[in-house]
Amino acid sequence: MEKHCTNSQVKGVSTGTTILAATFNGGVVICSDSRASIGGEYVSSKTINKVIQVHDRIFCCMAGSLADAQAVIKAAKYNLSFHSVQMESPPLVIAAASVLKELCYHNKDELQAGFITAGWDKKKGPQVYVVSLGGMLVPQLVTIGGSGSTYIYGYVDAKYKPNMSREECLQFATNALALAMGRDNVSGGVAHLVVVTETGVEHVVVPGNKLPKFHDE
Amino acid sequence: MKTGTTIAGVVFKDGVVLGADTRATSSEVVADKMCSKIHYIAPNIYCCGAGTAADTEKTTDLLSSNLTIFSQNSGRNPRLVMAVNILQDMLYRYHGQIGASLILGGVDCTGNHLYTVGPYGSVNKVPYLAMGSGDLAALGILEDRYQQDMELDTAKELVRVAIHAGIMNDLASGNNIDICVITREGVDYIRPYQESEYKDSRKMKYRYRPGTTPVLTEKVVPLKLEVVQESVQQMETV
Repeated sequence: MEKHCTNSQVKGVSTGTTILAATFNGGVVICSDSRASIGGEYVSSKTINKVIQVHDRIFCCMAGSLADAQAVIKAAKYNLSFHSVQMESPPLVIAAASVLKELCYHNKDELQAGFITAGWDKKKGPQVYVVSLGGMLVPQLVTIGGSGSTYIYGYVDAKYKPNMSREECLQFATNALALAMGRDNVSGGVAHLVVVTETGVEHVVVPGNKLPKFHDE
Repeated sequence: MKTGTTIAGVVFKDGVVLGADTRATSSEVVADKMCSKIHYIAPNIYCCGAGTAADTEKTTDLLSSNLTIFSQNSGRNPRLVMAVNILQDMLYRYHGQIGASLILGGVDCTGNHLYTVGPYGSVNKVPYLAMGSGDLAALGILEDRYQQDMELDTAKELVRVAIHAGIMNDLASGNNIDICVITREGVDYIRPYQESEYKDSRKMKYRYRPGTTPVLTEKVVPLKLEVVQESVQQMETV
């Protein structure tokens, strides 16, 4: 492990990521890249899954230390499932986000993981929540996270419109990911996009060479 | 003592092939030339370990015990995902203090699987993998020649070549290559699969014929023992 020089703040495998979630008319799109790195220099996996299903219509994207994120999501999945059994109904998206927030907030000294929770529930329809590193929970229409997100703030601010159609939103998300993966060295691989609506869940995978290309590529 | 290792695993049509070199190093000295890095976890699950030798040994031992107990209690054969979850929980709890990078491979009722668990507790499911100090060399071979649904012989050869690349290009890996093939029918643990060309011909036993050293004089003194005290105790058997 010593040969993978660790200048980065995250110990072990880092997701070094670009994650994004956006609401459209009738659902949400949650997406991420698929690269995991060690020390910002070695790609330890080209095909890591960062969009995890925590319940039937609720997904989470992880950013930060892979070990921490996987551990938190494991605990969250269990908690959410138990909550759902007790309530005898599917959990709300905010419940999932809160479970993550509690874990992140109360263990902020030991953890280095942030999340975007998105999904659909009967009460409020499609929603997106961001749980930051220290445990802040904020609802948003569209949100980006991870190291690659810094390169696409301008794009997202300019191009996102509330109540887009499903196709427009998918195109927007794919473009945003492609732009971030093109500029950030620790984001890359394939683009995983998940579309959640009332009727179901659809998983779209765009391989690296099929991503949209821009003027300088 | 670190293993300074090359370990690799590959999923093929009928199961999983795991491979490892056999050198264990203590800084610059080779501490063990025939170290066993492929550990038994369950009849259908084996684990290659890289990192600190003691940590990989103990962790895999503990995992094996826990899985056996579970197997007997539940009446079910252990599954690879369970082994992976137990390992992940344990390694995460210790926050990287346990220096074990593990490749778990096995065949269970859900199929053929290969997982990697890092020392901080991160898990990844993959079709092929290499770890240890020689991983970059081995990964080059695997990236070039891996295909889905390979036959057994192709898979064994691929793993052998990958470990060989690690041995040739990494000082801390070397000596022989062990291979472990796990299929639905059973396990074939081939140790060693390939021996190093650089073996020395030292014999480990040194027995000399009587007369090799000339005898100059001989004096025999018999040892007389007399019985001082005798006591008999009956053992109670039901």
